[in-house]
Amino acid sequence: MEGWDPSTKSALTQIPLLSTRAGPRDGAAWTQRLKEEYRALIAYTTMNKSHDNDWFRISAANPEGTRWSGTCWYVHNLRRYEFALQFDIPVTYPATAPEIELPQLDGKTHKMYRGGKICLTVHFKPLWAKNCPRFGIAHALCLGLAPWLAAEVPILVDSGVLKHKDDESTSAES
Amino acid sequence: MEEDLRSLLQDLESLKGCVSDRHRIGSIDEMKQRVVSIVNLTKSGATRRSKVKDMSAEVVDSNPYSRLMALQRMGIVQNYERIRDFSVAIVVRAPAVIGIGGVGSVAAEMFTRHANSLSIASQPFFQYAEVGMTKTDAAVQTLSDINPDVVLEACNELGQTWMESGVSEDAVSGHIQLLVPGETACFACAPPLVVASGVDERTLKREGVCAASLPTTMGVVAGLLVQNALKYLLKFGHVSPYLGYNSLKDFFPTMEMRPNPQCSNNACVERQKEYLQTKPARDAAAKGKLEAESSENEGPLHMDNEWNISVVDDSEMDTLNSCGVSGALPEGLIHELPTAEKYHESLATEEAKTVEDDLEELQRQLDALNAS
Repeated sequence: MEGWDPSTKSALTQIPLLSTRAGPRDGAAWTQRLKEEYRALIAYTTMNKSHDNDWFRISAANPEGTRWSGTCWYVHNLRRYEFALQFDIPVTYPATAPEIELPQLDGKTHKMYRGGKICLTVHFKPLWAKNCPRFGIAHALCLGLAPWLAAEVPILVDSGVLKHKDDESTSAES
Repeated sequence: MEEDLRSLLQDLESLKGCVSDRHRIGSIDEMKQRVVSIVNLTKSGATRRSKVKDMSAEVVDSNPYSRLMALQRMGIVQNYERIRDFSVAIVVRAPAVIGIGGVGSVAAEMFTRHANSLSIASQPFFQYAEVGMTKTDAAVQTLSDINPDVVLEACNELGQTWMESGVSEDAVSGHIQLLVPGETACFACAPPLVVASGVDERTLKREGVCAASLPTTMGVVAGLLVQNALKYLLKFGHVSPYLGYNSLKDFFPTMEMRPNPQCSNNACVERQKEYLQTKPARDAAAKGKLEAESSENEGPLHMDNEWNISVVDDSEMDTLNSCGVSGALPEGLIHELPTAEKYHESLATEEAKTVEDDLEELQRQLDALNAS
């Protein structure tokens, strides 16, 4: 964990760890795992709100809890940039980390695979592998998506690839 | 095929005799016409070698099986023809760049000459080949229908015996492993140190070096893999749980591969429990077999036994040794760390007490947070 900023580190330590090693094919064990996922997400969201650092909304998109969707946002130069967020739980979860997708940014940055899957290979996958099965969705957001947004959004905005939604509407009107 | 069609024609003829309705007779004539055209069609395609109905042991040019059937005459295999009852599933895990897994494709080629049906699933990124062996097409179908990512997990869940084989990155050594769920180590029982310790695999990669490939090594390993599969299916010889191949020194190590009681694959642990439960029955069967054999050649081999030499069973040796090694420590010493079983117990109780909430209640809580 060297090289991580202190606030991420302290946030990470407060997200409850998971213990059940179970994927979507494991029946009752998966339900147990889902409960743990929810507890971690609830704790993380509550913590973010209390630190005035709320930055995502996420909920299961199907009853099995294998597909998740929501939104995430990043504030740059006092303006809020919001993106739709989605991912599937891989069939080999939790050995395989979820591939977080931001479809709106597809094709706008090289730090992304086809379909808007953000690149997690360097900064996140090794951590996930080392902490399997204790890391869950909340950890993936905290250590995978949050640093990606912090690194990519400022570059995308400054280079003009990404426009704020207010600017887009005004340019369309003029 | 042709014979079947001819008998069908005869059946139609006799059917025609029983029917008086003119329209019906017309339609039966039509059916006969179609059968005749199919017969002609099969005749024209006869240049392609038709599937041999019975594997004949007759030694003639036209019989491709005479050499294989000789195995039976020499008493090596009881019934070679049984190979046709088996179906084989080959999972090819090919390296992303080269395209197709060497061992798997060579093994597939070898199997097409023997087994009844073959199913090949492709799985990128790894250079391994697995052979699942089964008596039913249904199991092969199950395996080929599911996501290739979970073929191995499914084998553990179904209790499906399979063989795993691979060639090393430097292409000069390989291995063949027999995986009987619960009885021998599975794919997840003994992960490589980098995987087990969670080291980033990229740190091992050397700049400008990719995995090597040597077709001869692939061929040798694939040959050993298929040989072992045939031995297993046709029940001849001994199938080593692990067979290594070091081409640089012509070294073929074999060893036992016991399953890991702490395997990360849950299905494997389940199969291990089942295997332990059936142990008394297995022991009894083995003992019965041994007694049957010993009763055949009764009478001591040597009349005098001056040095009191006796044959001790391997399992008895184990129990003799284990007294000194395992568990019991000299007085005054204790183990600093808990044993694996105790560690797991403590984890399990912790899990049980932490999560008892209702899933829907948790969902509501998260939704409430999302809404605010």
